[in-house]
Amino acid sequence: MAMQISFDSVTADYQIGPIRSPRVLDSIDLLLPAGSFTAVIGHTGSGKSSLLKAMNGLIIPYDGKVTIGQTTIKAGKNKKALRAIRQKVGMVFQFPESQLFAETVEKDICFGPLNFGVSLVEAKSIARVVLKQVGLEPSILSKSPLSLSGGQKRRVAIAGILAMQPDILVLDEPGAGLDPIGKREILQMITAWHKEKKLTTVIVTHDMDDVALYADDVVVMEHGQVVKHDKVRSFFTDVNQLNEWHVDVPQARSLQLQIEQETGIKLPGVCLTLPELADALIEVGIV
Amino acid sequence: MNKLILGRYFPGDSWIHRLDPRAKLVAAIYFIFVLFLANNWQTYVFLWLFTTAVILLSNISIRTYLRGVRPLIWLILFTVFLQVLFTAGGEIYVDLGPITISKFGLINGFYIFCRFIMIIFISTVVTLTTKPIDLTDGMNALLRPLRKLKVPVDELSLMLSISLRFIPNLLDETQKVMDAQRARGTEFGEGSLVKQMKTLVPIFLPLFVSSLNRAEDMANVMEVRGYQSDVKRSTFRQLSWQQKDTISLLVMAMLTVALLVLRSNGFGH
Ligand SMILES: Nc1ncnc2c1ncn2[C@@H]1O[C@H](COP(=O)(O)OP(=O)(O)OP(=O)(O)O)[C@@H](O)[C@H]1O
Ligand SMILES: [Mg+2]
Repeated sequence: MAMQISFDSVTADYQIGPIRSPRVLDSIDLLLPAGSFTAVIGHTGSGKSSLLKAMNGLIIPYDGKVTIGQTTIKAGKNKKALRAIRQKVGMVFQFPESQLFAETVEKDICFGPLNFGVSLVEAKSIARVVLKQVGLEPSILSKSPLSLSGGQKRRVAIAGILAMQPDILVLDEPGAGLDPIGKREILQMITAWHKEKKLTTVIVTHDMDDVALYADDVVVMEHGQVVKHDKVRSFFTDVNQLNEWHVDVPQARSLQLQIEQETGIKLPGVCLTLPELADALIEVGIV
Repeated sequence: MNKLILGRYFPGDSWIHRLDPRAKLVAAIYFIFVLFLANNWQTYVFLWLFTTAVILLSNISIRTYLRGVRPLIWLILFTVFLQVLFTAGGEIYVDLGPITISKFGLINGFYIFCRFIMIIFISTVVTLTTKPIDLTDGMNALLRPLRKLKVPVDELSLMLSISLRFIPNLLDETQKVMDAQRARGTEFGEGSLVKQMKTLVPIFLPLFVSSLNRAEDMANVMEVRGYQSDVKRSTFRQLSWQQKDTISLLVMAMLTVALLVLRSNGFGH
């Protein structure tokens, strides 16, 4: 069952020793509908990761509230709410392979489900399912996570989150540091899982082609604030505005603009992918 | 863990910040010794005035210093408590055989409490106002004479500066791994002791792995860049001793004289 995520004038920051970082999240109002697939983009340090952490109760707002489905997190004690939220929200951190610790891949994948009271037998059968989902062979289950390659580790770490069977999937740059093919496979796998399980998915990425290919909505963050929340297609329409946020344009869209400039012919619609662009070109008769 | 003050540097530009690390180190260590000259209320009041002045000069709020005391407060109170119970003399308020609460005991306990707090305050001043790297340079400079005794001073200070350099990384990483395991349903500080110990495994193992990897990378990089341990080297950061450093040591000397004048000489004890 999909759940919506709502931020109600959320302000939050980190406290390191005596130093308070100023407003890492700054009065954020945001509503991500149930079943949506949202990409979060923005400069480094703009607060994308912090936004995701707030969705999982890893940072607690000191002002405003975060509501996940029926559960609310706000300043103060939230013990019950936190447990409920962490069960519902599966969070894949940046470079999640650094969280692997168990002797075997199987034990590591079962760690999350077991923490939330799933029986061992059931956890093991879930482990097999999610392992297949992330594109790994069952033979890997008995291996040590440390003996795997970087890409395999990443997949195992993601499998460990999928195994918790979350309703909401939150991923912080899941493709960072992987080869292009590995990255595409992981994103496609996530999209498939999103559709199959009817999840609400949020993904942080720096790659506008990922945004164009996989996401429905896009959220732009700047200095801890959400400066834009829009459908992907309409978002990439106004190129001048994008320049202002230093946001790149997806390859296909950029090629479309170039063609429009060279030929003087305006193509119908905004093309986000190469097949779309090809169709548009055929339609106006350029090719 | 984020609340830990001891060993953290607090950027700033106060008079104390600008002192030479050698001066600060010598003064702080010296302070711990002269503290033992104090033996009556006049000397303690004087030392408190001195400590307060130093804290004010460091331009860092007193709250920060108090927070530095917090993790140690139980240890301090315990020591003070023992001191109170096992010192006899003067008027006796409670008498349970060998254990008594007496006037001297209470006074002594209070003095020891002050001593602890002042030692923590003054050493916190040093660490808060000195970059770790300057601190190691300072130590290296002060320990240099030991080279004659074949103590590997340079290697020791290199080890120290590498460790200091990686403390923030380690803390960051701990935070990250803890967050990741929390997201997978671990609850820290909950349940029985055994259960709590178990929650540490998913934290420590990834940290060990990444620390070992990092140490190996570091060693390789040093090797590749031609690091050798047994050569004479010059330093990139030069320490420069200035007038204010001399002044600060003179202040310490004056403090000693004042304490010698104010302390009660054997009477009353
Ligand atoms: N653990 C932390 N402690 C203190 N401050 C932090 C911490 N994590 C992030 N910050 C600060 O919060 C701000 C936002 O950081 P955040 O990690 O959310 O940015 P980001 O948009 O995810 O950046 P990136 O694209 O580099 O991942 C930054 O200014 C950063 O310095
Ligand atoms: Mg980030």
